[in-house]
Amino acid sequence: MFKWFGKVNFTPFTKVTDFARHLKDGYFMGSRCKECGTTSFPPRADCEECMSPDFEFVEVTGKATLNTYTKIVAAPTGFDEVAPYIVGVVDLEEGGRALAWFGETIAEDEIEIGMELQIVPQIFDEIEDIKVYYSLEKPGTTWSKVEGGGAA
Amino acid sequence: MNRVGIIGIGHGVFGRRSDATVQELAFEAFRAAMQDAGIDRDALDASVIGSVPEYHKQRSLAGVVQEYLGLVPRPTWLTEVACASGSAAIRTGWMGIKSGLHDVVAVIGCQKMTELSTPEILALMGRVGEVQWESGFGTTFPAYYALFARRHMHEFGTSRENLLQVAVKNHHYGAKNPMALFRKEITLEKALASEEVATPFQVYDCCANADGAACVILASEEKATELSDKPVWLDGMGCASASMSVLRRPSLTGLPSAQQASSMAYEMAGVTADDIKVADVHDCFTVAEIMAYEDLGFCPKGESGRFIEEKQSYIGGKVAVNVDGGLKAKGHPIGATGVSMTVEIAKQLRGEAGERQVPDADVGLTHNVGGIGQYCFVQVLKKD
Repeated sequence: MFKWFGKVNFTPFTKVTDFARHLKDGYFMGSRCKECGTTSFPPRADCEECMSPDFEFVEVTGKATLNTYTKIVAAPTGFDEVAPYIVGVVDLEEGGRALAWFGETIAEDEIEIGMELQIVPQIFDEIEDIKVYYSLEKPGTTWSKVEGGGAA
Repeated sequence: MNRVGIIGIGHGVFGRRSDATVQELAFEAFRAAMQDAGIDRDALDASVIGSVPEYHKQRSLAGVVQEYLGLVPRPTWLTEVACASGSAAIRTGWMGIKSGLHDVVAVIGCQKMTELSTPEILALMGRVGEVQWESGFGTTFPAYYALFARRHMHEFGTSRENLLQVAVKNHHYGAKNPMALFRKEITLEKALASEEVATPFQVYDCCANADGAACVILASEEKATELSDKPVWLDGMGCASASMSVLRRPSLTGLPSAQQASSMAYEMAGVTADDIKVADVHDCFTVAEIMAYEDLGFCPKGESGRFIEEKQSYIGGKVAVNVDGGLKAKGHPIGATGVSMTVEIAKQLRGEAGERQVPDADVGLTHNVGGIGQYCFVQVLKKD
Protein backbone atom coordinates (compact mmCIF):
# COMPACT_ATOMS: atom_id res chain seq x y z
CA MET A 1 0.00 0.00 0.00
CA PHE A 2 2.85 2.40 0.59
CA LYS A 3 2.98 3.01 -3.15
CA TRP A 4 -0.16 5.11 -2.55
CA PHE A 5 1.86 7.67 -0.59
CA GLY A 6 3.18 10.74 -2.39
CA LYS A 7 2.62 12.22 -5.83
CA VAL A 8 5.69 10.27 -6.85
CA ASN A 9 6.61 7.32 -4.64
CA PHE A 10 10.19 6.11 -4.45
CA THR A 11 9.78 3.42 -1.75
CA PRO A 12 6.75 1.20 -2.48
CA PHE A 13 7.92 -1.55 -0.12
CA THR A 14 8.37 -0.86 3.59
CA LYS A 15 7.52 -2.43 6.94
CA VAL A 16 5.33 0.61 7.72
CA THR A 17 3.26 0.07 4.57
CA ASP A 18 -0.06 0.39 6.49
CA PHE A 19 0.69 4.09 7.07
CA ALA A 20 -0.72 4.82 3.60
CA ARG A 21 -3.89 2.75 4.19
CA HIS A 22 -4.55 4.60 7.45
CA LEU A 23 -3.94 7.93 5.69
CA LYS A 24 -6.45 6.97 2.98
CA ASP A 25 -8.95 6.21 5.76
CA GLY A 26 -8.32 9.68 7.26
CA TYR A 27 -5.94 8.68 10.04
CA PHE A 28 -2.51 10.31 10.48
CA MET A 29 -0.34 7.74 12.23
CA GLY A 30 3.02 7.59 13.94
CA SER A 31 4.71 4.52 15.39
CA ARG A 32 5.20 3.31 18.97
CA CYS A 33 7.71 0.69 20.10
CA LYS A 34 5.95 -2.22 21.80
CA GLU A 35 9.00 -2.82 24.01
CA CYS A 36 9.96 0.59 25.37
CA GLY A 37 7.11 2.84 24.22
CA THR A 38 9.27 5.26 22.20
CA THR A 39 7.11 7.05 19.64
CA SER A 40 8.21 8.32 16.27
CA PHE A 41 7.03 10.46 13.40
CA PRO A 42 7.73 9.68 10.63
CA PRO A 43 6.85 6.13 11.75
CA ARG A 44 9.57 3.50 11.81
CA ALA A 45 9.36 -0.25 12.16
CA ASP A 46 12.52 -0.64 14.23
CA CYS A 47 12.98 1.26 17.46
CA GLU A 48 15.89 3.70 17.36
CA GLU A 49 16.16 3.64 21.16
CA CYS A 50 16.03 -0.06 22.13
CA MET A 51 16.36 -1.66 18.68
CA SER A 52 13.17 -3.68 19.11
CA PRO A 53 11.54 -4.65 15.80
CA ASP A 54 8.01 -4.76 17.35
CA PHE A 55 5.92 -1.65 16.74
CA GLU A 56 2.35 -0.48 16.46
CA PHE A 57 0.71 2.49 14.79
CA VAL A 58 -0.68 5.23 17.02
CA GLU A 59 -2.76 8.16 15.86
CA VAL A 60 -1.04 11.55 15.98
CA THR A 61 -3.15 14.69 16.40
CA GLY A 62 -1.36 16.47 13.56
CA LYS A 63 -1.25 19.69 15.59
CA ALA A 64 1.94 21.40 14.54
CA THR A 65 4.01 24.59 14.50
CA LEU A 66 5.75 25.88 11.37
CA ASN A 67 9.53 25.57 11.69
CA THR A 68 10.49 26.76 8.21
CA TYR A 69 9.23 26.80 4.61
CA THR A 70 10.12 27.45 0.97
CA LYS A 71 8.26 27.98 -2.28
CA ILE A 72 9.74 25.65 -4.87
CA VAL A 73 9.71 27.31 -8.29
CA ALA A 74 12.26 25.16 -10.14
CA ALA A 75 10.65 21.73 -9.82
CA PRO A 76 12.16 18.30 -10.35
CA THR A 77 10.96 15.77 -12.95
CA GLY A 78 7.42 14.62 -12.08
CA PHE A 79 6.40 17.85 -10.33
CA ASP A 80 6.51 20.39 -13.19
CA GLU A 81 2.72 20.64 -13.55
CA VAL A 82 2.14 21.43 -9.86
CA ALA A 83 4.95 24.02 -9.53
CA PRO A 84 5.27 26.41 -7.87
CA TYR A 85 4.37 24.78 -4.57
CA ILE A 86 5.13 25.66 -0.96
CA VAL A 87 6.71 23.09 1.31
CA GLY A 88 6.76 23.51 5.08
CA VAL A 89 8.63 21.69 7.82
CA VAL A 90 6.54 21.50 10.99
CA ASP A 91 7.30 20.49 14.57
CA LEU A 92 4.55 18.12 15.75
CA GLU A 93 2.92 18.68 19.13
CA GLU A 94 3.65 15.07 20.15
CA GLY A 95 7.25 15.29 18.95
CA GLY A 96 8.87 14.60 15.60
CA ARG A 97 8.58 16.61 12.43
CA ALA A 98 6.81 16.38 9.12
CA LEU A 99 7.41 17.92 5.72
CA ALA A 100 4.35 18.69 3.61
CA TRP A 101 2.66 21.04 1.14
CA PHE A 102 0.54 23.93 2.29
CA GLY A 103 -3.11 23.27 1.54
CA GLU A 104 -5.96 25.42 0.27
CA THR A 105 -6.99 26.85 3.65
CA ILE A 106 -3.87 29.02 3.90
CA ALA A 107 -2.94 31.86 1.56
CA GLU A 108 0.71 32.39 0.69
CA ASP A 109 0.88 35.80 2.37
CA GLU A 110 -0.42 34.35 5.65
CA ILE A 111 2.52 31.99 6.03
CA GLU A 112 4.96 32.81 8.81
CA ILE A 113 7.40 30.79 10.89
CA GLY A 114 5.91 29.92 14.29
CA MET A 115 2.28 29.77 13.05
CA GLU A 116 0.05 26.96 14.31
CA LEU A 117 -1.01 24.41 11.71
CA GLN A 118 -3.04 21.24 11.35
CA ILE A 119 -1.88 18.26 9.30
CA VAL A 120 -4.77 16.89 7.26
CA PRO A 121 -4.85 13.60 5.30
CA GLN A 122 -5.54 14.15 1.60
CA ILE A 123 -6.30 12.12 -1.52
CA PHE A 124 -5.29 13.35 -4.98
CA ASP A 125 -8.62 13.68 -6.79
CA GLU A 126 -7.12 14.43 -10.16
CA ILE A 127 -5.04 11.24 -10.33
CA GLU A 128 -6.82 8.02 -11.29
CA ASP A 129 -4.69 5.70 -9.14
CA ILE A 130 -5.01 5.96 -5.39
CA LYS A 131 -2.54 8.63 -4.29
CA VAL A 132 -2.51 9.98 -0.76
CA TYR A 133 -0.54 12.66 1.05
CA TYR A 134 -1.04 15.13 3.86
CA SER A 135 -1.19 18.90 3.83
CA LEU A 136 -0.68 21.82 6.20
CA GLU A 137 -3.96 23.57 6.98
CA LYS A 138 -5.50 26.08 9.38
CA PRO A 139 -5.98 24.84 12.96
CA GLY A 140 -9.56 23.57 13.37
CA THR A 141 -9.76 22.23 9.81
CA THR A 142 -11.84 19.03 9.88
CA TRP A 143 -11.87 16.02 7.58
CA SER A 144 -13.75 12.77 7.30
CA LYS A 145 -12.47 9.48 8.67
CA VAL A 146 -13.56 5.98 7.78
CA GLU A 147 -15.46 4.63 10.79
CA GLY A 148 -13.62 1.91 12.70
CA GLY A 149 -10.36 2.69 10.89
CA GLY A 150 -7.06 3.61 12.43
CA ALA A 151 -6.75 0.40 14.45
CA ALA A 152 -3.19 -0.75 14.91
CA MET B 1 57.49 10.52 11.11
CA ASN B 2 53.83 9.85 10.59
CA ARG B 3 52.44 12.92 8.83
CA VAL B 4 50.86 12.76 5.40
CA GLY B 5 52.01 15.35 2.89
CA ILE B 6 50.60 16.71 -0.35
CA ILE B 7 53.43 16.64 -2.88
CA GLY B 8 51.53 17.40 -6.08
CA ILE B 9 48.40 19.36 -7.05
CA GLY B 10 46.51 19.55 -10.33
CA HIS B 11 43.29 21.22 -11.42
CA GLY B 12 41.39 21.21 -14.70
CA VAL B 13 39.08 23.93 -16.01
CA PHE B 14 35.58 23.63 -14.50
CA GLY B 15 32.55 24.24 -16.68
CA ARG B 16 30.40 22.73 -19.40
CA ARG B 17 33.06 20.44 -20.80
CA SER B 18 31.36 19.02 -23.86
CA ASP B 19 34.86 18.46 -25.25
CA ALA B 20 35.82 15.62 -22.89
CA THR B 21 34.80 12.37 -21.22
CA VAL B 22 35.11 12.05 -17.47
CA GLN B 23 38.34 10.06 -17.74
CA GLU B 24 39.77 12.70 -20.06
CA LEU B 25 38.92 15.34 -17.46
CA ALA B 26 40.58 13.17 -14.80
CA PHE B 27 43.69 12.92 -16.98
CA GLU B 28 44.08 16.72 -17.19
CA ALA B 29 44.16 17.06 -13.41
CA PHE B 30 46.28 13.95 -12.88
CA ARG B 31 48.90 14.99 -15.45
CA ALA B 32 49.15 18.45 -13.89
CA ALA B 33 49.56 16.98 -10.39
CA MET B 34 52.24 14.52 -11.51
CA GLN B 35 54.16 17.29 -13.26
CA ASP B 36 53.82 19.44 -10.17
CA ALA B 37 55.15 16.61 -8.00
CA GLY B 38 57.93 15.92 -10.47
CA ILE B 39 57.45 12.17 -10.25
CA ASP B 40 56.42 9.51 -12.71
CA ARG B 41 53.86 6.75 -12.37
CA ASP B 42 56.37 4.23 -10.99
CA ALA B 43 56.31 6.18 -7.73
CA LEU B 44 52.57 5.58 -7.19
CA ASP B 45 51.27 2.72 -5.05
CA ALA B 46 47.52 3.20 -5.50
CA SER B 47 44.80 5.60 -6.58
CA VAL B 48 41.50 6.64 -5.09
CA ILE B 49 38.72 8.11 -7.22
CA GLY B 50 36.09 10.44 -5.72
CA SER B 51 32.95 10.72 -7.83
CA VAL B 52 29.18 10.31 -7.71
CA PRO B 53 28.33 7.46 -10.09
CA GLU B 54 24.67 8.29 -10.82
CA TYR B 55 25.62 11.10 -13.20
CA HIS B 56 27.65 8.95 -15.55
CA LYS B 57 26.57 6.43 -18.13
CA GLN B 58 29.78 4.51 -17.35
CA ARG B 59 29.22 2.31 -14.33
CA SER B 60 31.96 1.72 -11.76
CA LEU B 61 34.02 4.75 -12.65
CA ALA B 62 37.29 3.87 -10.88
CA GLY B 63 38.05 1.22 -13.48
CA VAL B 64 37.83 3.44 -16.53
CA VAL B 65 39.77 6.26 -14.89
CA GLN B 66 42.46 3.85 -13.69
CA GLU B 67 42.86 2.45 -17.18
CA TYR B 68 42.96 5.84 -18.92
CA LEU B 69 45.56 7.19 -16.48
CA GLY B 70 47.72 4.12 -17.11
CA LEU B 71 47.65 3.01 -13.49
CA VAL B 72 46.58 -0.61 -13.95
CA PRO B 73 47.36 -2.95 -12.07
CA ARG B 74 47.68 -0.79 -8.92
CA PRO B 75 44.89 -0.92 -6.34
CA THR B 76 42.05 1.53 -6.95
CA TRP B 77 38.59 2.19 -5.58
CA LEU B 78 35.77 4.74 -5.68
CA THR B 79 34.44 6.77 -2.76
CA GLU B 80 30.92 8.19 -2.72
CA VAL B 81 29.35 10.50 -0.16
CA ALA B 82 27.42 12.84 -2.48
CA CYS B 83 29.11 16.25 -2.85
CA ALA B 84 31.84 15.27 -0.36
CA SER B 85 33.04 12.31 -2.44
CA GLY B 86 36.32 14.08 -3.24
CA SER B 87 37.22 14.63 0.41
CA ALA B 88 36.26 11.05 1.19
CA ALA B 89 38.76 9.98 -1.47
CA ILE B 90 41.46 12.11 0.17
CA ARG B 91 40.57 10.70 3.57
CA THR B 92 40.87 7.10 2.39
CA GLY B 93 44.17 7.88 0.64
CA TRP B 94 45.37 9.47 3.88
CA MET B 95 44.20 6.40 5.81
CA GLY B 96 46.09 4.10 3.44
CA ILE B 97 49.31 6.01 4.06
CA LYS B 98 48.72 6.41 7.81
CA SER B 99 48.22 2.67 8.11
CA GLY B 100 51.57 2.03 6.49
CA LEU B 101 50.00 0.10 3.63
CA HIS B 102 50.92 2.66 0.95
CA ASP B 103 53.61 5.33 0.59
CA VAL B 104 52.38 7.43 -2.34
CA VAL B 105 48.73 7.64 -3.45
CA ALA B 106 47.08 9.63 -6.24
CA VAL B 107 43.65 11.00 -5.34
CA ILE B 108 41.44 12.14 -8.20
CA GLY B 109 38.07 13.83 -7.88
CA CYS B 110 36.19 13.91 -11.17
CA GLN B 111 32.66 14.46 -12.38
CA LYS B 112 30.71 14.92 -15.56
CA MET B 113 27.28 16.39 -14.79
CA THR B 114 26.11 18.26 -17.84
CA GLU B 115 25.09 15.18 -19.82
CA LEU B 116 21.85 15.33 -17.79
CA SER B 117 19.18 18.05 -18.08
CA THR B 118 18.58 20.50 -15.22
CA PRO B 119 15.20 18.94 -14.21
CA GLU B 120 16.86 15.50 -14.22
CA ILE B 121 19.65 16.84 -11.99
CA LEU B 122 17.09 18.54 -9.72
CA ALA B 123 15.26 15.21 -9.36
CA LEU B 124 18.47 13.28 -8.76
CA MET B 125 19.88 15.78 -6.29
CA GLY B 126 16.56 16.19 -4.48
CA ARG B 127 16.79 12.50 -3.66
CA VAL B 128 19.79 13.19 -1.44
CA GLY B 129 17.00 14.22 0.89
CA GLU B 130 15.16 11.30 2.48
CA VAL B 131 13.05 9.70 -0.24
CA GLN B 132 10.45 7.86 1.84
CA TRP B 133 8.92 10.84 3.65
CA GLU B 134 10.20 13.91 1.80
CA SER B 135 10.82 13.39 -1.91
CA GLY B 136 7.15 12.59 -2.57
CA PHE B 137 6.49 16.29 -1.95
CA GLY B 138 8.84 17.33 -4.76
CA THR B 139 11.70 18.56 -2.60
CA THR B 140 14.82 19.74 -4.40
CA PHE B 141 18.39 20.30 -3.31
CA PRO B 142 18.06 24.10 -3.36
CA ALA B 143 14.79 23.74 -1.43
CA TYR B 144 16.51 22.02 1.48
CA TYR B 145 19.08 24.78 1.83
CA ALA B 146 16.27 27.32 1.38
CA LEU B 147 14.59 25.77 4.43
CA PHE B 148 17.83 26.33 6.39
CA ALA B 149 18.09 29.89 5.05
CA ARG B 150 14.55 30.84 6.05
CA ARG B 151 15.09 29.51 9.56
CA HIS B 152 18.46 31.25 9.91
CA MET B 153 16.92 34.53 8.81
CA HIS B 154 14.07 34.04 11.28
CA GLU B 155 16.21 33.20 14.30
CA PHE B 156 19.15 35.55 13.78
CA GLY B 157 17.91 38.35 11.54
CA THR B 158 20.24 37.33 8.73
CA SER B 159 19.10 39.42 5.78
CA ARG B 160 18.38 38.57 2.17
CA GLU B 161 21.26 40.88 1.26
CA ASN B 162 23.62 39.05 3.65
CA LEU B 163 23.03 35.82 1.74
CA LEU B 164 23.77 37.42 -1.60
CA GLN B 165 26.84 39.25 -0.24
CA VAL B 166 28.40 35.77 -0.13
CA ALA B 167 27.71 35.35 -3.85
CA VAL B 168 29.09 38.82 -4.63
CA LYS B 169 32.31 37.99 -2.74
CA ASN B 170 32.75 34.61 -4.38
CA HIS B 171 32.21 36.00 -7.87
CA HIS B 172 34.68 38.78 -7.03
CA TYR B 173 37.39 36.19 -6.42
CA GLY B 174 36.16 33.75 -9.06
CA ALA B 175 36.84 36.46 -11.64
CA LYS B 176 40.52 36.07 -10.78
CA ASN B 177 40.60 32.26 -11.05
CA PRO B 178 41.40 30.90 -14.53
CA MET B 179 39.94 27.49 -13.56
CA ALA B 180 36.53 28.94 -12.59
CA LEU B 181 33.32 28.51 -14.55
CA PHE B 182 32.14 32.10 -13.96
CA ARG B 183 34.95 34.60 -14.24
CA LYS B 184 33.07 37.85 -13.78
CA GLU B 185 31.97 40.02 -10.91
CA ILE B 186 28.29 40.44 -10.04
CA THR B 187 26.45 43.18 -8.16
CA LEU B 188 23.94 42.79 -5.35
CA GLU B 189 21.32 44.47 -7.57
CA LYS B 190 21.87 41.98 -10.37
CA ALA B 191 21.69 39.05 -7.93
CA LEU B 192 18.44 40.39 -6.41
CA ALA B 193 16.91 40.63 -9.88
CA SER B 194 17.65 37.02 -10.81
CA GLU B 195 14.97 34.34 -11.20
CA GLU B 196 13.47 32.58 -8.19
CA VAL B 197 14.53 28.97 -7.59
CA ALA B 198 13.21 28.07 -4.13
CA THR B 199 12.40 31.09 -1.98
CA PRO B 200 14.28 32.97 -0.63
CA PHE B 201 16.82 31.67 -3.15
CA GLN B 202 17.25 33.11 -6.60
CA VAL B 203 19.64 31.94 -9.28
CA TYR B 204 22.59 33.77 -7.74
CA ASP B 205 22.19 31.95 -4.42
CA CYS B 206 22.94 28.67 -6.14
CA CYS B 207 26.16 27.18 -7.43
CA ALA B 208 26.16 25.76 -10.94
CA ASN B 209 26.41 22.14 -12.02
CA ALA B 210 29.67 21.64 -13.83
CA ASP B 211 32.15 19.15 -15.23
CA GLY B 212 35.68 18.99 -13.96
CA ALA B 213 38.47 17.24 -12.13
CA ALA B 214 41.17 17.91 -9.56
CA CYS B 215 44.01 15.77 -8.23
CA VAL B 216 46.38 15.62 -5.27
CA ILE B 217 49.36 13.31 -4.81
CA LEU B 218 49.70 12.23 -1.17
CA ALA B 219 52.83 10.79 0.40
CA SER B 220 54.09 9.50 3.73
CA GLU B 221 56.24 11.96 5.68
CA GLU B 222 59.40 10.14 4.70
CA LYS B 223 58.50 10.04 0.99
CA ALA B 224 57.14 13.58 1.00
CA THR B 225 60.36 14.94 2.47
CA GLU B 226 62.39 12.93 -0.03
CA LEU B 227 60.33 13.78 -3.13
CA SER B 228 59.20 17.36 -2.49
CA ASP B 229 60.78 20.61 -1.36
CA LYS B 230 57.39 22.21 -0.61
CA PRO B 231 55.04 19.64 0.90
CA VAL B 232 51.83 20.78 2.54
CA TRP B 233 50.71 18.67 5.47
CA LEU B 234 47.29 17.16 6.08
CA ASP B 235 47.47 17.48 9.87
CA GLY B 236 43.81 17.63 10.90
CA MET B 237 41.27 15.26 9.38
CA GLY B 238 37.74 15.55 10.78
CA CYS B 239 34.74 13.64 9.51
CA ALA B 240 31.21 13.26 10.84
CA SER B 241 27.69 12.40 9.76
CA ALA B 242 24.20 13.76 10.46
CA SER B 243 20.71 12.38 9.89
CA MET B 244 19.64 11.84 6.29
CA SER B 245 16.31 13.50 7.00
CA VAL B 246 15.81 17.17 7.90
CA LEU B 247 13.00 15.85 10.07
CA ARG B 248 15.54 14.36 12.49
CA ARG B 249 17.99 17.27 12.79
CA PRO B 250 18.32 19.02 16.17
CA SER B 251 18.38 22.45 14.50
CA LEU B 252 17.84 23.81 11.01
CA THR B 253 20.29 26.70 11.34
CA GLY B 254 23.55 24.76 11.08
CA LEU B 255 25.07 21.42 10.17
CA PRO B 256 25.93 19.28 13.22
CA SER B 257 28.28 17.18 11.09
CA ALA B 258 30.30 20.30 10.25
CA GLN B 259 30.50 21.33 13.90
CA GLN B 260 31.76 17.90 14.89
CA ALA B 261 34.13 17.41 11.95
CA SER B 262 35.76 20.79 12.52
CA SER B 263 36.25 20.17 16.26
CA MET B 264 37.95 16.88 15.41
CA ALA B 265 40.18 18.46 12.77
CA TYR B 266 41.21 21.38 15.01
CA GLU B 267 42.05 19.02 17.85
CA MET B 268 44.03 16.64 15.67
CA ALA B 269 46.02 19.52 14.16
CA GLY B 270 46.46 21.28 17.49
CA VAL B 271 44.95 24.54 16.26
CA THR B 272 41.82 26.61 16.84
CA ALA B 273 39.51 28.43 14.44
CA ASP B 274 41.50 31.61 15.12
CA ASP B 275 44.61 30.07 13.55
CA ILE B 276 42.97 29.55 10.15
CA LYS B 277 44.14 32.18 7.64
CA VAL B 278 42.44 30.83 4.53
CA ALA B 279 39.53 28.45 4.04
CA ASP B 280 37.61 26.83 1.23
CA VAL B 281 34.10 26.13 2.48
CA HIS B 282 31.19 24.35 0.84
CA ASP B 283 29.06 27.19 -0.55
CA CYS B 284 26.71 25.10 -2.70
CA PHE B 285 24.16 27.75 -1.72
CA THR B 286 24.79 31.16 -0.16
CA VAL B 287 23.37 30.08 3.21
CA ALA B 288 25.75 27.12 3.28
CA GLU B 289 28.69 29.53 3.58
CA ILE B 290 26.76 31.59 6.15
CA MET B 291 26.23 28.46 8.28
CA ALA B 292 29.86 27.39 7.74
CA TYR B 293 31.20 30.60 9.35
CA GLU B 294 29.38 29.56 12.52
CA ASP B 295 29.82 25.77 12.32
CA LEU B 296 33.58 26.22 11.87
CA GLY B 297 33.84 28.76 14.69
CA PHE B 298 34.90 31.72 12.51
CA CYS B 299 32.19 33.76 14.24
CA PRO B 300 29.71 33.13 17.08
CA LYS B 301 26.35 31.48 16.34
CA GLY B 302 23.95 33.84 14.66
CA GLU B 303 26.52 36.51 13.75
CA SER B 304 27.48 35.40 10.27
CA GLY B 305 25.23 38.02 8.64
CA ARG B 306 27.35 40.73 10.22
CA PHE B 307 30.52 38.73 9.45
CA ILE B 308 29.95 38.92 5.70
CA GLU B 309 28.57 42.46 5.87
CA GLU B 310 31.84 43.58 7.51
CA LYS B 311 33.79 41.68 4.83
CA GLN B 312 35.52 39.55 7.48
CA SER B 313 35.71 36.69 4.97
CA TYR B 314 37.50 38.77 2.32
CA ILE B 315 41.30 38.86 2.03
CA GLY B 316 42.31 41.28 4.77
CA GLY B 317 39.42 40.21 7.04
CA LYS B 318 39.47 37.71 9.91
CA VAL B 319 39.76 34.68 7.59
CA ALA B 320 39.79 34.65 3.79
CA VAL B 321 37.01 32.32 2.64
CA ASN B 322 36.58 30.93 -0.87
CA VAL B 323 39.03 33.29 -2.50
CA ASP B 324 39.14 30.86 -5.44
CA GLY B 325 35.50 31.71 -6.15
CA GLY B 326 34.03 28.86 -4.13
CA LEU B 327 31.52 26.44 -5.59
CA LYS B 328 29.47 29.52 -6.49
CA ALA B 329 31.82 30.90 -9.12
CA LYS B 330 34.13 27.96 -9.73
CA GLY B 331 31.25 25.58 -10.46
CA HIS B 332 30.48 22.39 -8.57
CA PRO B 333 31.42 19.14 -10.32
CA ILE B 334 30.36 17.28 -7.21
CA GLY B 335 33.00 14.54 -7.10
CA ALA B 336 35.82 16.95 -7.92
CA THR B 337 34.88 19.71 -5.49
CA GLY B 338 36.53 18.35 -2.32
CA VAL B 339 39.81 17.71 -4.11
CA SER B 340 39.60 21.15 -5.75
CA MET B 341 39.35 22.70 -2.27
CA THR B 342 42.47 20.88 -1.08
CA VAL B 343 44.36 21.90 -4.23
CA GLU B 344 43.42 25.53 -3.66
CA ILE B 345 44.43 25.60 0.01
CA ALA B 346 47.73 23.83 -0.76
CA LYS B 347 48.36 26.47 -3.43
CA GLN B 348 47.67 29.22 -0.89
CA LEU B 349 50.00 27.68 1.70
CA ARG B 350 52.71 27.38 -0.96
CA GLY B 351 52.24 31.09 -1.71
CA GLU B 352 51.33 30.40 -5.34
CA ALA B 353 47.81 31.83 -5.56
CA GLY B 354 48.82 34.94 -7.50
CA GLU B 355 46.48 37.90 -7.17
CA ARG B 356 44.24 35.81 -4.88
CA GLN B 357 47.10 35.08 -2.48
CA VAL B 358 46.29 35.49 1.22
CA PRO B 359 49.30 37.12 2.96
CA ASP B 360 51.11 34.96 5.54
CA ALA B 361 48.90 31.93 4.90
CA ASP B 362 50.43 29.18 7.03
CA VAL B 363 47.35 27.27 8.24
CA GLY B 364 44.36 26.59 6.00
CA LEU B 365 41.10 24.64 6.09
CA THR B 366 38.74 22.83 3.78
CA HIS B 367 35.08 22.14 4.61
CA ASN B 368 33.38 19.77 2.18
CA VAL B 369 29.73 18.89 2.79
CA GLY B 370 27.92 15.90 1.34
CA GLY B 371 24.23 16.26 0.55
CA ILE B 372 22.44 18.50 3.01
CA GLY B 373 25.04 17.88 5.71
CA GLN B 374 24.63 14.12 6.04
CA TYR B 375 28.41 14.00 5.62
CA CYS B 376 31.05 16.56 6.41
CA PHE B 377 34.83 16.39 5.96
CA VAL B 378 37.07 19.10 7.41
CA GLN B 379 40.81 19.24 6.77
CA VAL B 380 43.36 21.45 8.50
CA LEU B 381 46.44 21.93 6.32
CA LYS B 382 49.79 23.34 7.40
CA LYS B 383 52.79 24.69 5.58
CA ASP B 384 55.38 23.72 8.19
